[in-house]
Amino acid sequence: MHRRRPHCTHDAVLETVGLTKIFGGLTAVNAVDLKVHKGEILSLIGPNGAGKTTVFNVVTGIYRPEQGRVLFKGRDITGRKPHRIVSRGIARTFQNIRLFPDMTCLENVMAGQHCRGKAGLFTSVFKTPGQRREERRILEISERRLQQVNLWRVRDELAKNIAYGSQRMLEIARALASGPDLLVLDEPSSGLNPRETEDLMAFLKALIEDDDVTILLIEHDMNVVMGISDWVVVLDGGRKIAEGRPEDIYANQEVIEAYLGKDDGEEGHGSAA
Amino acid sequence: MEQVISPEKKGLRNSRLFILVPVIAAFMVYPFLVSDYFIDIAFFFGIYALLGLSLNIVLGEVGLFDLGHAGFYAIGAYTTAILNTKFGIPILVLIPVAALAAALFAYVVFSPVIHLQGDYLLIVTLGMGEIIRQALINNPFDLTGGPNGVFGIDFPRIALPGIGEIFVCDSSIKYYFLIWAIVGLTIIGLKSLQNSRIGRAWNYIREDEVAANATGIDSRHYKLLAFVLGAGLAGVAGNVYACKLMVVSPESFTFWESCLMFCIVLIGGMGSIPGVLIGAAFISLFPEIFRPFAMYRMLIFGSAMILMMMFRPGGAWPRKRGAVEFRSLLEDSGRSDA
Amino acid sequence: MQVILEQLINGLTIGSFYALIALGYSMVYGVLKLINFAHGDLFTFGSYLGYTVLVFGAAFLTAHFGLWGAFVVATGVAALSIACVGVVMERIAYRPVYRAGRLPAVVSALGASIFLQNAIMVIWGPRFQAYPSEFIPDAKVMLGDIRISLLQVIILAMSFLLMGLLYFIVQKTTFGAAIRATAHDRKTASLMGININKVIFFVFTLGPALGALTGVMVGMYYRQISFTMGWNYGLKAFTASVLGGIGNIPGAMVGGLILGVLEMLGAAYISAAWKDVFVFVILILVLIFRPTGILGEKTAEKV
Repeated sequence: MHRRRPHCTHDAVLETVGLTKIFGGLTAVNAVDLKVHKGEILSLIGPNGAGKTTVFNVVTGIYRPEQGRVLFKGRDITGRKPHRIVSRGIARTFQNIRLFPDMTCLENVMAGQHCRGKAGLFTSVFKTPGQRREERRILEISERRLQQVNLWRVRDELAKNIAYGSQRMLEIARALASGPDLLVLDEPSSGLNPRETEDLMAFLKALIEDDDVTILLIEHDMNVVMGISDWVVVLDGGRKIAEGRPEDIYANQEVIEAYLGKDDGEEGHGSAA
Repeated sequence: MEQVISPEKKGLRNSRLFILVPVIAAFMVYPFLVSDYFIDIAFFFGIYALLGLSLNIVLGEVGLFDLGHAGFYAIGAYTTAILNTKFGIPILVLIPVAALAAALFAYVVFSPVIHLQGDYLLIVTLGMGEIIRQALINNPFDLTGGPNGVFGIDFPRIALPGIGEIFVCDSSIKYYFLIWAIVGLTIIGLKSLQNSRIGRAWNYIREDEVAANATGIDSRHYKLLAFVLGAGLAGVAGNVYACKLMVVSPESFTFWESCLMFCIVLIGGMGSIPGVLIGAAFISLFPEIFRPFAMYRMLIFGSAMILMMMFRPGGAWPRKRGAVEFRSLLEDSGRSDA
Repeated sequence: MQVILEQLINGLTIGSFYALIALGYSMVYGVLKLINFAHGDLFTFGSYLGYTVLVFGAAFLTAHFGLWGAFVVATGVAALSIACVGVVMERIAYRPVYRAGRLPAVVSALGASIFLQNAIMVIWGPRFQAYPSEFIPDAKVMLGDIRISLLQVIILAMSFLLMGLLYFIVQKTTFGAAIRATAHDRKTASLMGININKVIFFVFTLGPALGALTGVMVGMYYRQISFTMGWNYGLKAFTASVLGGIGNIPGAMVGGLILGVLEMLGAAYISAAWKDVFVFVILILVLIFRPTGILGEKTAEKV
């Protein structure tokens, strides 16, 4: 089963150095250093408004940081366009699921393979042998991914018509279809019922074993964080306030205060924020 | 897709043939049964179909609001008219030239503004259409002939050195086949595009541009491509229109014309090729059918547009997505849990 | 100098027409995210109604109300009737289509526009109509060295009064706050207890009424009207509202005035024939550098 990997044994896949993002007068992310190592699951936690999603948006190129750098596999990708970053090997999902609602599930997953293709206007219009081969490959990989998340049976349904939990998995399948080295998941368990959450955890564990990926995720559900993370980073008010193994973080006084205020009492179980 | 055809797909192909064959046959026979007047109506139906198909790329596939499409149409028509009357370049040679001129114009104008959102992009397209029309009226460098336009445009001819002229497109019936041949080829090409990486990328952008970008699609590139391709096809329509009428003038390329194209796409159904044909039929045939109502016919036309949107907001023939487009490569597992 | 100032006044006059019409576009857009293509035709309709009142009620009106009274009655009748037309149009052509999304509403709006324009043609005929000149003041006013017509003074005074009033309603009253809230986020506004239907009713009465008023003023200023003039004014006014930042009410006013002045200056110093090209080029340039118009808020999409 899932063997806990020690942090720092491999090279860093993703590294942010002094990452700072300011909106108007508000510093949403303040000098955050982050290191995600190959083959691990790193959870980014923190109360609402801590800047977690902003970190994701900067890493995936949706926002441009005011200061700091993002290094991916040793190369500077700061301020690159989102689509370039995807082809470099970072794929993401969104907190409030963003699928292509009026397209089929299979077509949704095929989007992930887009950046691996290169058919242009003329080859597509005239359906050259090369273009056909490429389409076949896109289809094949997408179908695999769809099966991997167990959504093969709804491949021809429109994405907007499938269950919420399935939509979450579909979004992950779409991200996986680009063959990423780093998978960035924004609250993958939010809105899922306990059973679906269990399935998700099992899926992510299996993914890290079978595929050659690294996972960076934002998570509110402490069960998930404790259950699958190799390393946890805590953000509060845009700053990194703690990091460490899940069990250490769980006991960290500062973290408990960030979540619950100075008043100690309940434990940070369930959806803490 | 050229793999083994599964039985159900074959069935679907057959049912499609049942519709396609009679429709094509009807198109082939029609001009031999009616007078020139009705052939011309069908010719303009073809022009609107081509314009609708061209706008459908921008509006239907990518979801960009373009209310200046008549501008591209005008560029195609005037490029043809000017180069033909001033330099005697044959019309058929000018088809790709007209397409390239309109496409190049679209590229130059939209490169700096392609990032604008929704209605702000719409106003740029609208402004561009007006700029072109005003420019044509103002007769820059004495090229466009001002409000009167350019006249004396030649027929499309094919001549071979040594043999002489082998074809002249000089009758309603020939123009009819010319435009519908172009429409037919365009449909085949667009059909392949719809089921390709490019067509899907357009749709992803229409559905959710942020998600598309984050999934690896260069939305800027594909939006520009849609404008360039749409403009090119509108340019071709302009070419055929110019040589059919033998005269082009600014009043054929007003904002109103852009609005009609917009309606063609929406009445038919966004991103739907059969829908565009239905929309074009509605726009071009309706005023003819209701001609007896004289001045009331446009009142009826306006009301009909409102009623259509009330009862079929998705258009007359919305694009259906689903199983038929793909044949599974993982057949066994696919069947077992389907 | 004198000439520039006179041109400026002329530009402001036209600009105030654009601004008043643009307000109708912007208010409806703000609340419903709908481009009301029929708005230009409501403006034409108002102009024709004012014309009819003045022509057919000429003897009666001047006898009972005097020249000024006749003008007030004509604009009042036009504004009220067009407000009703606006509400009816919203009920018939737009309300059933909203839910289906923005694009069907665009087609429906174009349909409404075609309908209105042709209705006007059927009622008043396809030819130009001339506003009765006995109602149009032709006195000149000297403002220092600048000569401007009394009519322009009236038009400018009335326009600025109306804009000021609307600005006050929208920016300072509770109901105005409700309108702005609805424009900002309709869903949340309705959750906060704002009666959206009341807001819609308001924008579909006030917008068309302002359009109709402008129609009468345009009729008096240019002295002749045609059933197709709504397209051109509508196009310019819509452009003005985008220039100012669509959905933003002060933006529509500023956009309209700037557009009018630009147009006049373009006509005077560049070329009358190229003035529209000049206006649209400026518009595109503004949008390149300010993608949401002059006063439009930056809308960073939450990801």
